[in-house]
Amino acid sequence: MSHDTTTPTRTPAAPAATTPPAPRRRVLQRDGAWPWVFVSPLAAGILVFFVWPVLQTAYYSFTSWGVFGGSTFTGLANYARLVVDPQLWTALGNTLIYTGIVLLGVPLAVWLASLLNTPGLRFASFYRVLFFLPYVAMPTAIAMVWRIIFNGDFGVLNYLLGRVGIEGPYWISTPGAAIVAVAVVGLWSSLGFAMIILGAGLKAVPPELYEAAELDGATPWRQFRSVTVPLLTPSIFFVLIITIISSFQLFDLQFAILGSQNPVLPKSLSLVYFFYQQGFIANDKGYAAAIAIFIFVLIGLVTLLQFRLQKKWVQS
Amino acid sequence: MPRPSLAPRGGVRRRLSVTAAAVGVALVAAGCSSASGPAEAAPYEAAPSDLSASITYGVWDQAQVEAIEANLDGFAELYPDIDVSVNVTPYADYFTKLQTQASSDSLPDLFWLNGPNFQLYASNGKIEPITGAVEAGDIDTADYPEALVDLYSLDDVQYGVPKDMDTIGVWVNEALFEQAGVPLPEADWTWDDFQETAATISEALSAEGAYGGAGGMDGQTTYYDTIFQAGGEVVADDGKASGYDTPEAEEGLQFWTDLIASGGSPSIQQLTDTPADQWFTSGKLAMYWGGSWLNAAVSESPVSGTTDVLPLPAGEEQATVIHGVSNVVSSGSEEKQAAQALQVYLAGEEAQQQQGDMGAVIPAFADTQQGFVDSAPDRDLQVFLDAVDYARPLPVSKNAAAWNALENADLPGAFSGDEPVADVASSLGERMTALLEKE
Repeated sequence: MSHDTTTPTRTPAAPAATTPPAPRRRVLQRDGAWPWVFVSPLAAGILVFFVWPVLQTAYYSFTSWGVFGGSTFTGLANYARLVVDPQLWTALGNTLIYTGIVLLGVPLAVWLASLLNTPGLRFASFYRVLFFLPYVAMPTAIAMVWRIIFNGDFGVLNYLLGRVGIEGPYWISTPGAAIVAVAVVGLWSSLGFAMIILGAGLKAVPPELYEAAELDGATPWRQFRSVTVPLLTPSIFFVLIITIISSFQLFDLQFAILGSQNPVLPKSLSLVYFFYQQGFIANDKGYAAAIAIFIFVLIGLVTLLQFRLQKKWVQS
Repeated sequence: MPRPSLAPRGGVRRRLSVTAAAVGVALVAAGCSSASGPAEAAPYEAAPSDLSASITYGVWDQAQVEAIEANLDGFAELYPDIDVSVNVTPYADYFTKLQTQASSDSLPDLFWLNGPNFQLYASNGKIEPITGAVEAGDIDTADYPEALVDLYSLDDVQYGVPKDMDTIGVWVNEALFEQAGVPLPEADWTWDDFQETAATISEALSAEGAYGGAGGMDGQTTYYDTIFQAGGEVVADDGKASGYDTPEAEEGLQFWTDLIASGGSPSIQQLTDTPADQWFTSGKLAMYWGGSWLNAAVSESPVSGTTDVLPLPAGEEQATVIHGVSNVVSSGSEEKQAAQALQVYLAGEEAQQQQGDMGAVIPAFADTQQGFVDSAPDRDLQVFLDAVDYARPLPVSKNAAAWNALENADLPGAFSGDEPVADVASSLGERMTALLEKE
């Protein structure tokens, strides 16, 4: 992963509010159409496979859909039905619980990444691979393994808990426990990605700062708190954004761990699962489109809020 | 370090996005079309043997492909110039994919359809009636189990005949009966016999963590059967009302609540973690209500040598759920004549006999089933064939998936005893009827 060693403390994302610098426009004019020619293959792909479907979804969220296509315009009916649907609020609550638990992985990743970054640590690359493996493994494969681990009667987790005298619940078939079980797996599998990003950020912290801190008598903990963490805030911010967005999109992991026949699903489903259920099981695609737009707007708002708040804590 | 995209700046990008939006809206508007009704049967004419065509055949079971290939060899002798390519899509994705194909008019020329999805495709005109082939005498519906023929007819129009069939029986593990010191039940047993046997075995084998019986969330193999046996129904005959809010249906559901309450079955949570068929094939379950399709899985499992089959225990009446897959022709097919020729051939006695002899499934054509029965002589597979006499078709409607989701959501609470069965049944019945009325 490449990183900019000369400006280690720069925010990875420019604040949204800055006005465009004047020279930029001149550059665009001088280059004429060439930049657009070069980006057009990518832009065409994005337009066809992202922008168009999003617009279509937005349109269809105002319609009632026939099972095999064909739609009637129904205005805001889907949205009116959505806001009073208790399933939506259950799904939103579950998604927030999931996101909250997965976010606990961010401080954990900061700590682990700085441990891995200890100068002279042997087998550092090996550990890095070890932590990153769950991230590259297929979610369904991971889910199958965890499903067996979580099995209430025959799972290794409850066996181990039993050895220390704790009677574990039926993890994936008890309401409440199920979403926590899924979140633990989500946390575990996202840790590697966060650590790689944070590790790259750590490499960019100038060693002189640590030397100076050491001369001033700072303990390793103090160094971590006053040098590492502040200089790492841009990376932490980036990891937060990515983690929250991907947590809001929880689907495959939950689908594979809980299974589509699980009786706790109605109480444990995530927003995207709710969308899937309405669109592909109940064949109600107009309503599903409205759910999709709700998720889209929600993620947009949360991300916008994060960008607003970052000025208060991200070092730049 | 990767950077998230920057906020839009400058006029060029904004103009571009406005254009994109305009294009998108135009395309969206162009994509609208209205839904259509059932397909009119096109004039039918048996394909001439020199017909040259290339067709696709969509199926979901890889295990049956060998038998299909054998069928296709026979078909090629009659129609040497019709080229058939078999597309296998795993069951989990089959109907999602099929729906997408139907929406874009790119269905396979001939494909498998099951009961729960049939009415959806028939009522939307996605599949071709077989009226012509029946009138020409190429298919005789009397050759197949009546309940299954009915499954593939909508508003008195026939769209296909079953290619195979399955019924439900009780798979028993003789070794566990012996271990528990309980004699094997007789074939003419009742609900009470089953409940008592299940509870006794669970108690005797509790140290091994084994159970006598098992419920579960699969209606076809459990509560649909008991609802029929109690004299109830899941969907009313006219397809407009749910049968759940009746005393008979309640009784059929109560059967499974009682079984779990007595300890005769693992709890709903345990059955979610480990489905009932896995309890059985791993030797932890003495009696499993399961379909004839389990035969292959049992043969490959450790309990293969100690397994037998009993008819379902009788309630007020004897009943079992019957289901079977059908080959249907896409109404949008450009090679309809060739696809119909294959449909007719696969429904014929020769192809059906071959299917049975290869042991893949129980063929639906009358008197071609002996091959299946002979495939495991130490098990009384004849039970599944005898059950056809009192079999009831799998409950379906035009949008069965919608109320199947309600069943999955509501019934666990009734089975676990958390909520009174009567309350769950009446609330489920009410909401299911509302869904059926919308269809």
